[in-house]
Amino acid sequence: MTSTTVIADQAVGPPLWLLAEVTYACPLHCVFCYNPVDFAQHGQELTTKEWINVLRDARAAGSVQCGFSGGEPLVRDDLEELVAEAHKLGFYTNLLTSGIGFTPERAKALKLAGLDHVQLSFQDSTRELNDFLSHTKTFALKKKAAELIQSNGWPMVLNCVVHRLNIDYIDKIIELAVDLGAEYLELANSQYYSWAQLNRDGLMPSRDQLIRAERITNEYREKLGDKLRIFFVVPDYYETRPKKCMNGWGNIFLTITPDGTALPCHTAKMIKHLNFPNVKNASVKEIWYDSKSFNFYRGDAWMKEPCSSCPEKAKDLGGCRCQALMLTGEAANADPVCDKSPHHQVVLDAVALAQLPNEKRIEVKPLIFRDAINSKKLSKVE
Amino acid sequence: MMSDDDLLISKPSVASMFRLQWEEVQQSWVLLYPEGMVKLNTSAGEILKRLDGEKTMQALITELETAFEATGLEKEVLGFLDIAMKQGWVKL
Repeated sequence: MTSTTVIADQAVGPPLWLLAEVTYACPLHCVFCYNPVDFAQHGQELTTKEWINVLRDARAAGSVQCGFSGGEPLVRDDLEELVAEAHKLGFYTNLLTSGIGFTPERAKALKLAGLDHVQLSFQDSTRELNDFLSHTKTFALKKKAAELIQSNGWPMVLNCVVHRLNIDYIDKIIELAVDLGAEYLELANSQYYSWAQLNRDGLMPSRDQLIRAERITNEYREKLGDKLRIFFVVPDYYETRPKKCMNGWGNIFLTITPDGTALPCHTAKMIKHLNFPNVKNASVKEIWYDSKSFNFYRGDAWMKEPCSSCPEKAKDLGGCRCQALMLTGEAANADPVCDKSPHHQVVLDAVALAQLPNEKRIEVKPLIFRDAINSKKLSKVE
Repeated sequence: MMSDDDLLISKPSVASMFRLQWEEVQQSWVLLYPEGMVKLNTSAGEILKRLDGEKTMQALITELETAFEATGLEKEVLGFLDIAMKQGWVKL
């Protein structure tokens, strides 16, 4: 549902979308998590007062959508206070949650605080795959959360990260969404960043899996009509043109990480040569309009070939800088999803591997779960 | 499909999924919905901000014509109403 329609404008517009990642703490251990792999090494979380300042500052700079995310944002016991402030400031407030910790008391308090929307995610469906499919424990938890969403009058939006290990059960996932009374269902293939990048070979579905899942999704769309709107997102590795990542660098999105670092997307911190500013030291306006890092990949002046002379450059702005960095070693290169990229072969190789069942692979890496122990271990290696 | 006559006596309002709001920084009316935003042009904003579920479209058109010292806005306003209903922004 992350769609923002704005009239194109040459000048730098305001940071319309503020993503407040209030904590990296999370009771789950999802193998596709996009939080940084070294999250356990990050600095102290902003205090309530510091977050309230961020909200005021961002609103004054023109932010209007506010997402409370994490980690699991419900881990913070000041969430209601932050939502209330955001609401008072005129934000449209969204909570992105797994539903863990979403009790009737907290739901009520969040409603009173003015929360506009809850996006409920199915998480960790690899570790809990059997449970998830048999509709037992996970279903009970989601059912409770879904009932709270409905009884409080929030629109019902479900999100399920789809990958190699659960995509063959897409029909069960859709039926689960119907049972939960969802109005919108996002079936988004995991994007290969952070933990999902570590686990990419285990998470990327084969072409056959994707075709089958899309066919089944279309059959359900036909059957369910307006009752449930389903969005299906394929992994960009299967495309030949890259996505216009975040709708452009420093164009609409502003992420504030738990320690106050300001980023143009949730994973940009991996671009080490940009020293991203912190809201403790600069105002949102200064960060957005004047900082070196937010201006670095804005527009198209930074582009190299094949992007700089490409007739399609305005369409996708060269794709994703993080993906370019991860797969080519240089963030200013074309996103190698593009078949004009001289590095496109790395994407083709990953897709080729995804067609092989595990038993035909030379090496099968075990999935690495997102937890503090793995994070500390992996941070040392880096 | 409703006739223009039916539309003129209808009393639409902004659908509950959407929130209409003036944005100072953008100097425009916007429709906010879960994780998204539609930036409205001036005439769309002027129409939507007048929908309250109690006023007929006929009354709204008269009000607009008075406010902007214009005549013959009916076609444009009903045209926009049609788009807004198709987008789900407005319900009758």
